Amino acid sequence: MNLSVNIGHLKLKNPVITASGTFGYGEEYAEFVDLNKLGAIVVKGISLKPMEGNPSPRICETPCGMLNAIGLQNVGLKDFLKKKLPYLRRFSTPVIVNVLANTIQGYVRLSTALDDSGVDGIELNVSCPNVKKGGISFGTDKKTLAKLVSKVRQSVKGSVLITKLSPNVSNIQEFSKIAEDSGSDALSLINTIPAMAIDIETRKPRLANITGGLSGPAIKPIAIRMVWESYNTVKIPIIGMGGIMNADDVIEFMLAGATAVAVGTANFVNPKATIEIIEGIEQYLRRKGINDVKEIIGKLHAA
Amino acid sequence: MSRFFRAEIVSNLPLNNKNNLLTIKPLEPATEPDPGQFYMVEVSNSKTPLLSRPFSFFRKTPEGIQFLFEIRGKGTLMMKGFKGGEVIHMLGPLGRGYPELEDDKIPMLVAGGIGIASIFPLVQAFGKKACLFYGARDKEGLLMLDELKGLVGELIISTDDGSMGRRGTVIDVFMDFLMQTQAKACDYTIYACGRKQMLEVLSRTALNNGIKGYISTEENMACGIGACLGCAVKVKSKELRAKSRRIKNINSELRTLDYELMYKMVCKDGPVFPLEEIVW
Repeated sequence: MNLSVNIGHLKLKNPVITASGTFGYGEEYAEFVDLNKLGAIVVKGISLKPMEGNPSPRICETPCGMLNAIGLQNVGLKDFLKKKLPYLRRFSTPVIVNVLANTIQGYVRLSTALDDSGVDGIELNVSCPNVKKGGISFGTDKKTLAKLVSKVRQSVKGSVLITKLSPNVSNIQEFSKIAEDSGSDALSLINTIPAMAIDIETRKPRLANITGGLSGPAIKPIAIRMVWESYNTVKIPIIGMGGIMNADDVIEFMLAGATAVAVGTANFVNPKATIEIIEGIEQYLRRKGINDVKEIIGKLHAA
Repeated sequence: MSRFFRAEIVSNLPLNNKNNLLTIKPLEPATEPDPGQFYMVEVSNSKTPLLSRPFSFFRKTPEGIQFLFEIRGKGTLMMKGFKGGEVIHMLGPLGRGYPELEDDKIPMLVAGGIGIASIFPLVQAFGKKACLFYGARDKEGLLMLDELKGLVGELIISTDDGSMGRRGTVIDVFMDFLMQTQAKACDYTIYACGRKQMLEVLSRTALNNGIKGYISTEENMACGIGACLGCAVKVKSKELRAKSRRIKNINSELRTLDYELMYKMVCKDGPVFPLEEIVW
C-alpha cells in the first residue's frame, strides 16, 4: 500500500504531519512517537529573536476545543539552528519550520537562514491571532500577502515554501490564489480561529490575552469547508488541519482536497495520536480496497 | 514502559460530597512516581471535555495509584462518575517533584485543602520528623485526617470558619508557630501545596523570615509534557541572568538585579519550584 504524498518537490512517507505549536521541537514527543514514522514534523513557530510569550492563563478549554494565546514563545532562530535542529536531523522525517516576523524583511531573513541550513520546508505563519504585530495582519491583507510571499519566494531555493492561511477572511479562495500566484509551493489551512471566553463568576476573560485561537474538533467543519473551497481554486497541494482527532477526520480532509494533513490539538490529548492515525488510514484504505492514498484526494462525491 | 498507559479504575470512593479518592491500576508496566509528580487523567473519550486533567499522585498502595480530587467543574464532575472496572488513559508520572531534604533541616509541610494530595507522599517519606500545617475553608475540606494523625510528628489543623482545629488561615497558624518555636527559622525547609493566594502569602512570609522551601504550582495545561507551552509561570532565573551578564546591551533598569525574569512551564520545569523563584 502506498501512503506517500508529495508537497511540492518534497516527498512524505505518509500524509500525517504535526501542526506547528502542538509538537514542540519534536523531542518532547520522541518518548511516545517514533519520529521516523511521521510524514513530516512542523516545529513551533520560530522568530528572529527569542520570544517570551504571553502571561498565564494562556489556554482554556471550550466545548469540543480549546483556546490558546501562547504568544509564540520560542527559542529564536539562533538557538533553533544550534540546539533544536541537529536533534531533528537524526531522523529521516522532513523538518518544516513555521516562521513568524513583524516585517517582510524579517520573514525574508528567517526564510533565507533556514533555507541555507537545509530544512525541508518553510511554513509562513501569516495567521497567528495572538501577537500584536505581524502574523494575522499579513494574512488578512491581499496586497501585503502577495508582497510577502513573492519576496520570500525569491530567497528560498531548496526548501518547500508553504503559506499557512488564516481562516479569518471572508473569501479563502482569493487568499489561496494570491499565495499560489506569488510562488507558494503549498498551502496549509486553517490556523486557529480568533475567539474568546469569559468566566462569569469573576467577569474576567479566561485568557490573560483576552482573545486567543480556537482549535480542536469544534473548528473541523469550518476547516473542511475551507480546504474544499481552496482545493477548487488552486493547483498547489493543500495541507489540511483543524480539529483532526483520528483517521476518519484525515480521510474527510483528504476527500475535501487535502494532500496531507496536520494533527494539532489531538497530540495534547493523546501523545500517540499521529501514529494511531497513520495506522487508521491504512485500515480505511484496506477496507475500501484502495492501494494508493493519493487516489482519495479531492474525491468527494459532490454531485 | 510508556508514560502513556491504560489504567483500570479500581475504586472511586466519595470522601464527602465534594471530594473523592480514586484508585487506578496501570494495565501496562508503569514508571514509579516521585513525591510531587503528577498525572494527566483522561476524563472522557468523547470530545467534550476535550483535555485531560492534571492531578498530583496521592499515594501508592498494593491496589494501585491513588488520587484525591475535588469536584470543581465539568471534568471533575465526570470523574465523579468513574466506575470500578472502567479503563481510561493516563499520562505520567510527569514533571519535577519535591527535592530531597538537606540533612540538618526540619521539614515543614503546608497543605491547603486538596493540596494535601501533593503533600501526602512527603508525609510518608518524612514521618515523625515532619510538622504538617493543614488548613481548609471548613472541615469538609480537610481530608484523610485519620491517616495523617499517626504519621507526622506534629499535625496542626486549621479552618477559616473554625469548624475544626484552630480558626484562621493556615498562614496565621504558621506565623504563630514561627513566633513560638525554639528552632531557628533557617533550620526549616517548607514544602507547600494549595491555592495560589495561600502560596503567595506563604512565600512572602517565608522569605521575610529567611526560610527556604518549595511550592507546588498550578496553571491550566493541555499536554503535560512541555509541548503546548500553555502552563507558563513567571520566575526569577539566576542561571539566565548569569548568561545575559555577558551580553553588553542589556536594559539598564535590569542591570541591578541578580536575576532575569522568564517563563517556565509548570508541567515540565515544575510543578514544584523553589519558593523564592516565583514572581507573584
